[in-house]
Amino acid sequence: MPDIIDAQDLKKNYGSTVAVDGIQFTVRKGEIFGFLGPNGAGKTTTMKMITCVSPRTSGTLSVLGMDPDKNPAEIKQRLGVVPQETNLDPDFTCFGNLYYYSRYFDIPKDEAEKKADELLEFVQLKEKGDVAVEKLSGGMKRRLILARALVNTPDLLILDEPTIGLDPQARHLIWEKLRNLQAQGNTIVMSTHYLDEAERLCDRLVIMDNGKILVEGTPAELVRQYAGHEIVEVETSDDVIACLTELKAPFEQTGDMIQITATTDAAREIARSVLDRCKPKRMITRPATLEDVFLKLTGRTLRE
Amino acid sequence: MPHILSFPKITRRAWKVWYRNMVVFVRTWQVNFFPPLIEALLYLFAIGIGIGTYVKEIEGIPYVNFIAPAILAIAVMNSAFFECTYGSYVRMYYQKSFDAMIATPLSIEDVIAGELLWGATRSVIYVVIMLPVLAVFGVISLPLALLAIPLGFIGGLMFAGIAMCFTSISPGIDTLNYPAFLFITPMALFSGTFFPLTLMPVFLQYIAFALLPLTHLVAIMRMFTLDALSWTVLFSFAWIAIVTAFFCLLSINLMRRRLIV
Repeated sequence: MPDIIDAQDLKKNYGSTVAVDGIQFTVRKGEIFGFLGPNGAGKTTTMKMITCVSPRTSGTLSVLGMDPDKNPAEIKQRLGVVPQETNLDPDFTCFGNLYYYSRYFDIPKDEAEKKADELLEFVQLKEKGDVAVEKLSGGMKRRLILARALVNTPDLLILDEPTIGLDPQARHLIWEKLRNLQAQGNTIVMSTHYLDEAERLCDRLVIMDNGKILVEGTPAELVRQYAGHEIVEVETSDDVIACLTELKAPFEQTGDMIQITATTDAAREIARSVLDRCKPKRMITRPATLEDVFLKLTGRTLRE
Repeated sequence: MPHILSFPKITRRAWKVWYRNMVVFVRTWQVNFFPPLIEALLYLFAIGIGIGTYVKEIEGIPYVNFIAPAILAIAVMNSAFFECTYGSYVRMYYQKSFDAMIATPLSIEDVIAGELLWGATRSVIYVVIMLPVLAVFGVISLPLALLAIPLGFIGGLMFAGIAMCFTSISPGIDTLNYPAFLFITPMALFSGTFFPLTLMPVFLQYIAFALLPLTHLVAIMRMFTLDALSWTVLFSFAWIAIVTAFFCLLSINLMRRRLIV
């Protein structure tokens, strides 16, 4: 089975700015593949190259076995795109947004109408069919955009921050729909800032920073490899720091907390020693998450 | 990167963009149908009959009949120009419609070509609405005046192309006011519309013929509605054809440069 996306030494410059700096990745059929990274890491630029709206500067890129430079229309015919920015057509109703969008794909009228009804039901907007899009809440708009990306029954779905700015209920609904789509055999590529989202949804992911891919793997692998199994967090004080130094436990100071990374057994030992000997005001032990990996690899400095 | 005057690859998918705009236009037909009707009547009464009471005739032609083709030509210019400046800018920048469209098999070239075709179509619709009004007042000569309809498309395409060039380089929607007031408004007055070009100093006449697109559109329109064809129609058509091709191509390339990075 050939890969759905194959990128080798992919580069994108905007003038003298390097946005994507020679990345390499493959997306396999049927998986949910995630792009993580701080603002300006190059995620959106990469997605734009995949969706054939931004030509690459150099390297090779194959999407659904075709070259975006040579066959953009053929690739886009089989692609569903959920952009970061909401760009529904305010001149149409919810139904109209799906119906007239499917006309761009040359879908015959009857089929387009049927599909639009089906999709409104799929994203639970059936009652909103005749409502103008500006009357929708943020969550409804994102759902409608997801529905719009599905009008052409795409083989590959590209989502740029699909749950940005949504409340927890709306996020869970979108996640559920994405899992449904995956179960139907869709391949999904998504970028996100929400690490819990990536951890739940993605089969494999890459973490990008400054236009480069730092790591690639399954969420569990990455956590194990870069953040250990458990994290012991202790409230910072001079006494605690002195005490930990004495214990020779490797620690990292992050704001008002100290973090000690360890395997599960070691974490228990460390927690006990700290509790007995350092007298911390507050201490918790928790499993390591993707967020720990992310912050470890991309640093804690604020971006943009 | 393609050259700024390279020939863009446009497919018939451009008509899908045209169709989208047409659907929205028809949906809101009440607000779209009456302006041209009222505009025609306003000009006829205020200038044709008002000023016409004093002017009576220009070059042996009743004044109302003299300005009737100008009313049509100005409507062609305004409808295409404003559609492809403010209208297109709103769809491009505020509604992000172009971004949504190029995520489908449509290319940016298709999208802009569709917008240009739509701008020209709006001009045709205006002419079609205004012609019966002018015919009822008996100020145009039928059936030759019916050629104003296809002419509306050609003239509309020319002004759509010019407008789209401004849209492609305008930093914001407010800066589109400059071409509207510094280019379109003076042109509506000094292109042989409400008084003959020959009243102006000779060098201004040359400038009008060389540089003002409306001059040629009015000239052809007048030959049609007065049933007074002359060989100069060929010259004006040639001028319009070259200018239309140039600005339409340029606008598509400029828009690609603006939107595809």
